[in-house]
Amino acid sequence: MTTDDTILRVEGLAKSFGTTEVLKEISFTVRKGETKAFIGPSGTGKSTLLRCINQLIVPDRGRVYLHGEEVTHAGAKINQYRAKIGMVFQNFNLFDHLTALRNVEIALLKVKGMKEGEAREKALFELRRVGLEDRADHYPAQLSGGQAQRVSIARALAMDPDVMLFDEPTSALDPELTGEVLEVIRELAQNGMTMLIVTHEMRFALSIADEICFMEHGTILERGPPADLRDSPAFERTRQFAGRFAEL
Amino acid sequence: MDLAAILISWFPFLLTGIVATLGLVFAALGVGFVIGLPAAIGQVYGSGPVRFLVNVYVWFFRGLPLLVLLFLFYFGIFPALGLGDVSPFVVGAIVLGLHGGAYQAEIFRGAILSIGEGQMTAARTLGMNRMQAIRHVILPQALLIALPGWSNEYPTVLTDTSICYAIGVTELLTRASVIVSTEYIAMPIYLACAGIYLVLNYTGIKALHLLEKRVSIPGFEAGSN
Repeated sequence: MTTDDTILRVEGLAKSFGTTEVLKEISFTVRKGETKAFIGPSGTGKSTLLRCINQLIVPDRGRVYLHGEEVTHAGAKINQYRAKIGMVFQNFNLFDHLTALRNVEIALLKVKGMKEGEAREKALFELRRVGLEDRADHYPAQLSGGQAQRVSIARALAMDPDVMLFDEPTSALDPELTGEVLEVIRELAQNGMTMLIVTHEMRFALSIADEICFMEHGTILERGPPADLRDSPAFERTRQFAGRFAEL
Repeated sequence: MDLAAILISWFPFLLTGIVATLGLVFAALGVGFVIGLPAAIGQVYGSGPVRFLVNVYVWFFRGLPLLVLLFLFYFGIFPALGLGDVSPFVVGAIVLGLHGGAYQAEIFRGAILSIGEGQMTAARTLGMNRMQAIRHVILPQALLIALPGWSNEYPTVLTDTSICYAIGVTELLTRASVIVSTEYIAMPIYLACAGIYLVLNYTGIKALHLLEKRVSIPGFEAGSN
């Protein structure tokens, strides 16, 4: 199962909140440069899955491996793993007291131990990459939602992560602002970034992902290349879900 | 001698009282900050025993009248610790600080709790440990949010300092009382004393408002939280 280009391996991940089983034995592997999109109705454990991968939520059972090293039960080493797993949130979660530039810099300084000048250069480079170099001195309150999300992507990218997790990156945005964020993500995919994306943007998922995982009730009901899932889903439930969005 | 002349002749004496009063204020605010901020952190992020200790501290120092605390420490606790020689000023500053720290702890706790959970989550996701996240992400925001409420501690502590009269700290009110008992004129002297408190009060509040303006950043303007 583990080939050389496997970056992330998830084995039998399970999580319950109270009596609700949110994740039921989820397993998959992610190859280098692969983009995997998770779709499905709300409340099916997609966000929980991402949070279990970087241990923001500790799973009840199952293991997660990054480059063959176990992330689950990593103890204090978890901070090192998290630094290699970028995450982008629905609500951006930019640090409100810091400018865009400082938002991108801070982990470089405090986690990676970079020097001020070096960190600044790297941060400006990442802001340029998301097209926001001219907003470097703006505070989050002065940014549009789309800009804030792009800064948060730059913040995650600055750490040179092995894999990026996107948790509904456009769900909190006004419709006219989703495009700029999706464009940035699309460019990352084209440049070979390894990514897991939870999204409700069906057309985007179909156009960008190497594999689509349709989740329902804590399991991956069906998975496959976008074309298969769109055109010939084996499961009626997937067909309904995908069909709803195909009309958009 | 007319009243103005009396006041002028005593002014250097009153001034030493003003200095002592301001000394008490700054020492108390400082001690209160040094205790209150870690106490708030302990209350929000600490383990069970830590939270319990902080709760006991806050309960004790908010629950007793300041005068009772002063007597307890000056006549009881300090002598019992073999520190009977410590000056009333130092005891006053420490007691005011411990008392104020309990209130400051509550101010900072409220500020910390008002920060969205996503801030801590984002910091941890970037690889910061808990302490780094608190230090670089939570506290800077908490201090900005707490400042308007914290500013209210200044007039509170300033007026509280007069209670140190009771253990013989030579602060403003004590000085005024000495003048009253020497010159046998009460009302004008106490009025002058009150006027000085009001001026000190106004000046300090103004200075804190300036500070609020200075450190304000977009998203954290006064009134935005």
